[in-house]
Amino acid sequence: MHIALYLKMVRDSERQLAKAFVTVANHHQQEPDMEELCRLLASWSRIKAQSAERFIQKYGEEHDREPARLYSDLFQGPRRGGLALLRDLHDLWLLGTEAEICWTLLGQAAQALRDTDFVETCQQNTSQTRRQLSWLETRSKQAAPQSLIAA
Amino acid sequence: MNGRETRNSVEDVWGLRTPYEGLWPSRVDQRVSAEPEQWIQSACVLCSNGCALDIGVKNGKIVGVRGRAEDRVNQGRLGPKGLHAWEANHHPDRLTTPLIRRGDRFCEVGWDEAMELIVRRSKEIRDRHTSSAIGFYTSGQLFLEEYYTLAVLGKAGLGTPHMDGNTRLCTATAGAALKESFGTDGQPGSYTDLDTTEALFSIGHNMAEQQTVLWMRVLDRRRGPNPPKLVIVDPRPVASTLEADVHLAPKPGTNVAVLNGLLHIMIERGWIDERYIHQHTVGFDRLKQTVGKWTPDAVERVADVPTPKLRAAAEILGTTRTLVSTVLQGVYQSMQATAAACQVNNLHLIRGLLGRDGCGIYQMNGQPTAQNTRETGANGDLPGFRNWENPRHIQELARLWNVSADVIPHWAPPTHAMQIFRYCEQGSIRMLWVSGTNPAVSLPDLPRIRKILDKKELFVVVQDAFMTETASRADVVLPAALWGEKAGCFTNVDRTVHLSHKAVDPPGQARSDLDIFVDYARRMDFRDRDGAPLIKWRTPEEAFEAWKACSKGRPCDYSGMSYAKLTGKSGIQWPCNEQFPDGARHLYVNGHFNTDPEYCETFGHDLDTGATVTATQYRADHLRGRAIIKASDYIAPYEEPDESYPLWLTTGRIVYHFHTRTKTGRAPALEEIAPDAFVEMNSEDAMAYGIQEGDMVEVRSRRGYALAPARFSAIRKGVVFMPFHYGYWDDNTRPRAANEVTLPEWDPVSKQPHYKLCAVRIRRT
Repeated sequence: MHIALYLKMVRDSERQLAKAFVTVANHHQQEPDMEELCRLLASWSRIKAQSAERFIQKYGEEHDREPARLYSDLFQGPRRGGLALLRDLHDLWLLGTEAEICWTLLGQAAQALRDTDFVETCQQNTSQTRRQLSWLETRSKQAAPQSLIAA
Repeated sequence: MNGRETRNSVEDVWGLRTPYEGLWPSRVDQRVSAEPEQWIQSACVLCSNGCALDIGVKNGKIVGVRGRAEDRVNQGRLGPKGLHAWEANHHPDRLTTPLIRRGDRFCEVGWDEAMELIVRRSKEIRDRHTSSAIGFYTSGQLFLEEYYTLAVLGKAGLGTPHMDGNTRLCTATAGAALKESFGTDGQPGSYTDLDTTEALFSIGHNMAEQQTVLWMRVLDRRRGPNPPKLVIVDPRPVASTLEADVHLAPKPGTNVAVLNGLLHIMIERGWIDERYIHQHTVGFDRLKQTVGKWTPDAVERVADVPTPKLRAAAEILGTTRTLVSTVLQGVYQSMQATAAACQVNNLHLIRGLLGRDGCGIYQMNGQPTAQNTRETGANGDLPGFRNWENPRHIQELARLWNVSADVIPHWAPPTHAMQIFRYCEQGSIRMLWVSGTNPAVSLPDLPRIRKILDKKELFVVVQDAFMTETASRADVVLPAALWGEKAGCFTNVDRTVHLSHKAVDPPGQARSDLDIFVDYARRMDFRDRDGAPLIKWRTPEEAFEAWKACSKGRPCDYSGMSYAKLTGKSGIQWPCNEQFPDGARHLYVNGHFNTDPEYCETFGHDLDTGATVTATQYRADHLRGRAIIKASDYIAPYEEPDESYPLWLTTGRIVYHFHTRTKTGRAPALEEIAPDAFVEMNSEDAMAYGIQEGDMVEVRSRRGYALAPARFSAIRKGVVFMPFHYGYWDDNTRPRAANEVTLPEWDPVSKQPHYKLCAVRIRRT
């Protein structure tokens, strides 16, 4: 059974995502909304990471370094200039989709395990992750025309 | 002043009571400095109430005002600001000639020179950086015809997405909450609901000082037979709260917790209309689940509202057969603004208290013409409450204006005020045109705003009647005509449209905002697809006719109105068309809402993040005209008092002033009674800091500081208050604007800044 590997992956993805949201919050304090929203969404990821712990206890943990590699590939120090915000939002979105697919796949497995508690957690977390992604998409779509054309 | 006044309204703000139930008796308030030779029909522009009045004219000058007895809004009454502020029209400080900055000073120039400079810069910037490098920041105090003209030249002439009004600071949340719940903007109720209602619920709305004439109506009901019960939520003790049957004074930033608590009790006690919920709404189950944990004890822990008081309020709201609710800045400028405002809509939806006499929701406006900024799209929305994400709506506008659809910006959400200033700061907006508003005093975090306006690379045009703190930082200043010096319509918070006729000529070379915008469009040579001028009107009446065509078939339908119909009698409520030739008192009479995907103004947002709901997701809900109950859980404020900044600061208005006092500060009686800012605090807090009443106090946040004398009240301990009216045009000796310290953060849906809460420390100086 490899569910332990995915549980570890999803927890680490959420931790990386929380860290990335905080990094971006700090880099873009001059935007009127970024700090507040990124901190809020970081807190959601921390809650999701926490919720994975219960099932790691139950199903064990298997090691893998994928999410950390993704984070370090994406966030190599703060970006500067007119494109910085858009690029950071774009990277957050990439990290977020990693978390989303993990929760979705775990949700399928949870159903096969007939673990209703786990199924519910996966559903809730998938939906919270989609809310995060949805904000990232909204915000980057807003930033894109100005950043790519007028900045 | 030599002349006559029906009362000293500065001392006697609300005047004599005329107790009633049913039909509000008239009472004509008047104040003139000389006997007028003629009276010209108009309405008041000193708050959002839209009181009808006549302007008294003698020898080509305004000499006073009197209320119009036959009007549905005020039946003759006027408040202190309306009775006094017309004096500013003739103040010697009026701008009378265009000005161009040369180095450190302004030079007087003619209109041709000023406009040619603006046109040359516009073209240079557009050609090099596209129209996305040009932004407009307008007002809640121009007229409908002016906003519509601005919207058309911005969206179909230049094609820039960067246009917003100062309504972003004041009523953006009203519009946002109405859209989220009911599909489009538009106030469901009518002021006449107050004539019969059994209960009034007011949250974050100091009605007694903000809309004095509406408060007269409430007081008259309270003194008459079967007075309505009154529930008020406000952290400060103000004139309205003294009258309340139940006054809840929550901690700043906890509106959602309090409202969820009220909804919790109502659902638990079964004070809901299950049939209405089933037939006319979606989302109730989610609401029930979300408010489930907000027991009175939970509310008390978070908001510090005693449980018996919350229960008493819920019982009134849960058992009344009719209810009017009003919401204003205490909600709109605080945490979770749109989420909280939507919970008030939910309260009416789950009780089925909408669309009939005695039942209304007023997501209040602050400014006289803010409704029109929103209707016409001068706030960045599309004209006629159209949806920028609906390609058919874009096509409709393209046909109407005879332009290609791809000229009209709809590739991203319209840019809101704070974002426009951010783009200016970053340099991607290179020209900013400000009309009829004063961001150098009214925006949050003023040290930063001043820096942005002072940027050399930013070409700033300011169009105003006075040399405001913003105008003094402009590259070009255009002298604008004021109310009374031009004709035009505006719409109050209960959808009543008034026509304000021209009473006198503007001073010197000053021109109406309409004339200035039309002139700019002509000089820019904006054309339609057939090569004809894009702006096909010159006079206010022609502009109104163009707007009627644009509004036809939309919720804010003006097509049945005309200048003739609006003259001589009472104002008329929209929609006014073939179906409702005399206007309509209520929207959503049959519980049918504007949520159809082809009709709605937005597909909605996640209330906690502002993420947009996609068209596909929206359609999946099969709304079929049902209202949307949107739930939201409480989120703690981002900036809370801590060791370094241990107190809350909240800001607001006082009865004698409007906005940054450009007019009220020039009306002698208003200025005399309220000449300066103050810091209101609880005497226990004051004692802890060794502060005596009248001591000069420094209020400091992480962003800046302001100084003002201390004033004591029964305000909550740990909270201090400052009025936001005071800036620097008449006193530059100390930092005194409340916005030196406020937060630039905003509500994620409405993008309205959080003026009502930030962490500060105080000390005696």
